[in-house]
Amino acid sequence: MSTRLSKGGRLIDRTQPLAFTFNGKPMRGYAGDTLASALLGGGKSLLGRSFKYHRPRGLVASGAEEPNVLVGLGRNARFEPDQRATTTELFAGLEASSQNHWPSLEFDVGEVNNLLYKFFPAGFYYKTFMKPRWAWKHIFEPIVRQAAGLGETPKEADADRYEQAYAYCDVLVAGGGVAGLAAALKAGRAGKRVILCEMTAHWGGRAPVDGGTIEGLAPEDWVKTTLQALEAMDNVTIMTRTMVAGLHDHGYVICYERVADHTPGDGRPRHRLWRIRAGLTEVATGAIERPLAFAGNDIPGVMLAGAVRDYLVNWAVSPGDRVVVVTNNDDAYRTALAVLDAGLTVPAIIDARPKAGGALVQAVKTRGVPVLEGRGVARVLGHKAVKGVEICAQAGEGGAIQTIACDAVAMSGGWSPVVHLWSHSGGKLNWDAAAVMFRPDATRPPTGDAGQPLARCLGAANGLLTLDAIAAEAGLTAQVEAEAPIVPVWTMPAGASDALKFKSFLDYQNDVKVSDVQLAAREGYESVEHTKRYTTLGMASDQGKLSNINGLAILSDTLGQSIPATGTTTFRPPYTPISFGAITGEARGEIFQPLRKTPMHGWHEARGVHWEPVGLWRRPYTYPKAGESHRDSVNREIVNTRSNVGLLDASTLGKIVVKGPDAGRFLDMMYTNMMSTLPVGKCRYGLMCNDNGFLMDDGVVVRLSEDSWLCHTTSGGADRIHAHMEDWLQCEWWDWKVYTANLTEQYAQVAVVGPKARKLLEKLGGMDVSKEALPFMTYREGTLGGFPARVFRISFSGELSYEIAVPANMGLAFWEALNAAGEELGVMPYGTEALHVMRAEKGFIMIGDETDGTVIPQDLGLGWAISKKKADYLGKRAQERKAMVDPNRWLLVGLETLDGSVLPDGVYAPAEGHNANGQRNTQGRVTSTYYSPMLKKGIAMGLVKNGPARMGEVIDFIGDKGAVIKARIVDPVFYDKEGAKADV
Amino acid sequence: MLTLTCPYCGATVEETELAPGGEAHLKRFGPGASDADFESYMFSRKNPKGVHFERWRHAYGCGKWFLAARCTATLEVFGTYPAQTTEPPADLVAKIKEKRPTWEGYE
Repeated sequence: MSTRLSKGGRLIDRTQPLAFTFNGKPMRGYAGDTLASALLGGGKSLLGRSFKYHRPRGLVASGAEEPNVLVGLGRNARFEPDQRATTTELFAGLEASSQNHWPSLEFDVGEVNNLLYKFFPAGFYYKTFMKPRWAWKHIFEPIVRQAAGLGETPKEADADRYEQAYAYCDVLVAGGGVAGLAAALKAGRAGKRVILCEMTAHWGGRAPVDGGTIEGLAPEDWVKTTLQALEAMDNVTIMTRTMVAGLHDHGYVICYERVADHTPGDGRPRHRLWRIRAGLTEVATGAIERPLAFAGNDIPGVMLAGAVRDYLVNWAVSPGDRVVVVTNNDDAYRTALAVLDAGLTVPAIIDARPKAGGALVQAVKTRGVPVLEGRGVARVLGHKAVKGVEICAQAGEGGAIQTIACDAVAMSGGWSPVVHLWSHSGGKLNWDAAAVMFRPDATRPPTGDAGQPLARCLGAANGLLTLDAIAAEAGLTAQVEAEAPIVPVWTMPAGASDALKFKSFLDYQNDVKVSDVQLAAREGYESVEHTKRYTTLGMASDQGKLSNINGLAILSDTLGQSIPATGTTTFRPPYTPISFGAITGEARGEIFQPLRKTPMHGWHEARGVHWEPVGLWRRPYTYPKAGESHRDSVNREIVNTRSNVGLLDASTLGKIVVKGPDAGRFLDMMYTNMMSTLPVGKCRYGLMCNDNGFLMDDGVVVRLSEDSWLCHTTSGGADRIHAHMEDWLQCEWWDWKVYTANLTEQYAQVAVVGPKARKLLEKLGGMDVSKEALPFMTYREGTLGGFPARVFRISFSGELSYEIAVPANMGLAFWEALNAAGEELGVMPYGTEALHVMRAEKGFIMIGDETDGTVIPQDLGLGWAISKKKADYLGKRAQERKAMVDPNRWLLVGLETLDGSVLPDGVYAPAEGHNANGQRNTQGRVTSTYYSPMLKKGIAMGLVKNGPARMGEVIDFIGDKGAVIKARIVDPVFYDKEGAKADV
Repeated sequence: MLTLTCPYCGATVEETELAPGGEAHLKRFGPGASDADFESYMFSRKNPKGVHFERWRHAYGCGKWFLAARCTATLEVFGTYPAQTTEPPADLVAKIKEKRPTWEGYE
């Protein structure tokens, strides 16, 4: 059983005990503990259940690579699932709970899966849930969904705050071990701007635990001295608890600073995401120890050898009294020495190598520990805790030679350099067969904007696993025990039987075993990327930090090819998961995105308006009165506008001025109709297509003067259309003398609409707005009620209508003046829904309803707005293509249901026969559909195959649950067909 | 995230400040053009793995379109230049040839 030792622990402060809870039970740890060390020190070794088989699991590692012990932290608005206990610093009051079990951690019903393991081989979900077809939706998916996932999803909005920060540096050093500290010091002394990031709260990496001397000093003292030197440099910034998460294009580095995870609620942001542009990233991220693949290597108490000595030395926590060490290298002997130094027992060292012989081996032997050479672990005995190990010949099939009683196993399969950052932006790796590792190829680094290297690997990340080699690379001297070579061991024993391989785990978090990878290879998965996805090896939240190399070695072995021939999967950022809070930063709630407000926004809001989002704008949808439904208020607004007068805030309409000697010629290219011939003071409805022929925007163009035009665009389309104009001006017709300006926000615009509109404007006075002075489709500039105004006689409702633009800062006053003057005329504001219904009653199209990027103006009966005289305009050539002149295109028509009901939006009309996919053919769809309060029935527009030639025909539309709705094809103009009301 | 230098305002800016515009130096075919020419103008793109000439707009800066020569595989940027030209500047082409001797050149 694991326990806290009475002495030692370089990182803990025994004068500061901390109380916390695990699954509701009170526990104690010390300041400086991680949650992992505190749990282990409190005697807890069963800490979680595995994903697929619900096997009992405990800690394997001591750092970011830990796959097993993911816990839920906190509660309510501060609950977070799937947090690694090894990277969670302990604080007073911490609440942790284990995951993925029912009813309890100790007794988990889901463990039945463990007995049924033969039914859950690699890719079982591809094989199992295929038939019968209906069963997936009704049986399998609900069960799988219930079983899937580890932690619970938080139910409340996050109570913490997060922020993002930007920085620039010449050199960014990732990792605060010996290599990183030395690199930062060197760069700092050279006068470079340096940022040094360490993922944990402590400096020095493995050196203080693993021993040796640097420049004649104990590692801990050298680290202290070096840090003092760095802290004294103004050009060096050092950050702890900051993980370099990813190295991206052109030296863009994302760092994840866990500012206040260990001091919750102290007012600081919890996490900070750094966006750093670094000239060179020094990757000093160390190495990760590999597990060995023997049966039962996942039983709580089996740990990485390095982790065992971390727990002993850093936190004075013993994983067990009797620790068997199993290894294929010399480094693990350091663990045996640490165990002995703590006063505990090492019953044996099982060394898979035929001969073990370095200085460390000698030191262990001297202390009386038997070293069993050429041996392996056949299986670990125990279920929720280690009880012993069966020893076998490594070269054999697993026949037990002897059984050793123990309560912990420290395993080491060698170390893999952490090359993630190097690889994120394309740094290449070489397989080093002698050192048994992929190491960075310094001749093929990730490159930057000028082709220069973006990164360099140092220390263990560069494949230098011993302190003397790391120091030598940094120009320092160090002494440490010499090590004998490693021998690769991918399965233990080499000829392990199927029964053993079924329990030899590679990927702990996703429950992938040696047998799964071999099965995948037998089933034809040769690519490592395919095998990864088929078996889910390396696809869990630890991204295969422990499993990838072992897995691809076994795949290579099964395929009978070398490891470099198989290659690695792609390393992708982030190095470990980062919080959504940090990614979001401050962009939540009101400042998630900017809100665009018209000058009258506050007026609308004060009247209880119901808003409609239009791009980043908010537009009034309708102004319901107390107790009035939206439908009723929309109908009231329409009837009032059509019988009295209504006001629409049209300020969001795009307003682009196009000016210059070539402006007319330019607009003739931009619009399908002729704009150069438009007389000064006149308005013309224009259509804008892209060069692929499809309709992209529409609006009224006004000739302001001899050399300037005002182009109205759709609401929300102004920026896009302005950019479209600039694209053609700058990149195609750059010698044309044209200037464009987007004046959308410079003007407030109000549509004054209805039979009493003229009366209302006459009450304001200042301009002759009679039919004679200001006929339909003309424009005048002057004053109205004292406001400087541009008045356009244009109509989107079919009523007598004036659209009036005033300077934005006068918008609200003008709007209020119109409301006041119109009171006795029955004036009412109306919103976008009334606007939509009124335009549909008139058969006017709406970009985005009648168009979807595949519709040309000719489809919409707008051939009259396409100039036949012009040699060219954007889209003209495209509209000559065969498909565009096909007589069977879907064309705009009106639609009326036989019973007067409102057609559902977007429904399709089926046609005879089926297509190649067995779906029914279609012949049309509804594009706009409303209830018309004027006609007291449903009206709709739609695109129907050759529709205008089929007037009067009744076709079927398919509504909800297959309901057939019969509708007659009619003229799309439903109201005032003669157009008598607008031109008065 | 790429960094590119806007040739108009001289600022070296991050990709988020820019809007991409696809392949540069397309020759527009309008009315009267053959189906093949129009198809190639509208739809066919070189999409090379290697040196690529492309359009960018300094959308959240000076608003100008400019062109860039960039390696799509290594993301090396050989240079940027104003959009008002039908082919890349000769000195830029020479520079790319020097850096990438096997490059077949612009058209």
